[in-house]
Amino acid sequence: MQCEQVADRLPQIVDGGERAAPGVLAHVDSCLRCQAELVQYRKLLKALRTLRTDVLEPAPGTLTAILASLEAVGERGAMRSLLNGRRAAYVGGIAAATAAAGAAGAIVLASRGRRKMRLAG
Amino acid sequence: MALDLAELVTAAKAGDKAAFTTLVEATTAEMYTLAYRLTGNVEDAQDVVQEAYVRAYKGLKKFRGDAEFTSWMYRITANCANTHLVRSSRHRHDAMDGTEELTDERPGPESRLTSADERSQLNLALQSLSPEMRAVVVLRDVYDLPHEAIAAELGISEGAAKVRLHRARRKLRERLFPLRGEEHTDEEDARAV
Repeated sequence: MQCEQVADRLPQIVDGGERAAPGVLAHVDSCLRCQAELVQYRKLLKALRTLRTDVLEPAPGTLTAILASLEAVGERGAMRSLLNGRRAAYVGGIAAATAAAGAAGAIVLASRGRRKMRLAG
Repeated sequence: MALDLAELVTAAKAGDKAAFTTLVEATTAEMYTLAYRLTGNVEDAQDVVQEAYVRAYKGLKKFRGDAEFTSWMYRITANCANTHLVRSSRHRHDAMDGTEELTDERPGPESRLTSADERSQLNLALQSLSPEMRAVVVLRDVYDLPHEAIAAELGISEGAAKVRLHRARRKLRERLFPLRGEEHTDEEDARAV
């Protein structure tokens, strides 16, 4: 295996995320240049990990802007649930009225039927 | 006293708005830092972090709590940053050739550090990457997100995420930790762009 071929694999295997082919490992074991390159990749990963604890101070107004947009979302949500509640009340009212009208109609029809039967008898 | 984020999440899920506000206050700096690293721009970072918390607020009930709140927020922030960058790149019709420099020339928070500072060098090197490469290497090598999560949040395949990561690592290594014979000057960098 040539250094160029191995160099392409080094960024993949540096963190152990991918298993190196035996040929790559054998080459690295015997090649000082590739060993040095692998060491440099390890240094890079170590340096990148240190950035995790390097927290920046947010630009002024960031927190206020976030809280304001959350407030707006909360208000919209409250408004939506209020409207949904009213819609449910309207739908419920209409359903109740329809049911009551249906029942009244049925009673009227039934009583007319009985009267007709009495007259016929 | 250290805040118990898990307890705050439970309270926020139960409808406690103050608990969610405390969660925001406790994690804003971290999410802003990630957003800034992904966008390379103060204004974009503000927009991204704002949108990320709104999405988190709306989706809080779906958060199962099997991951840490901060990891969940990293994913949302990464997704928002990606959407933001795609939208602005469409708007600007920028060429994403892997070596573009960012256009925001105003001094960012990191300019407070001296140029000799190693972290500053690292941040500058990250900023020199394309947004696509930068996102993958930041999420994997700085924030330790799994490949699967990175691919999902950036809307790419896991294989594509890995290819970008390896290219990004190579570019950073060549720039920050060059081997003998690889050293190059800033003038060469400028010519390459």
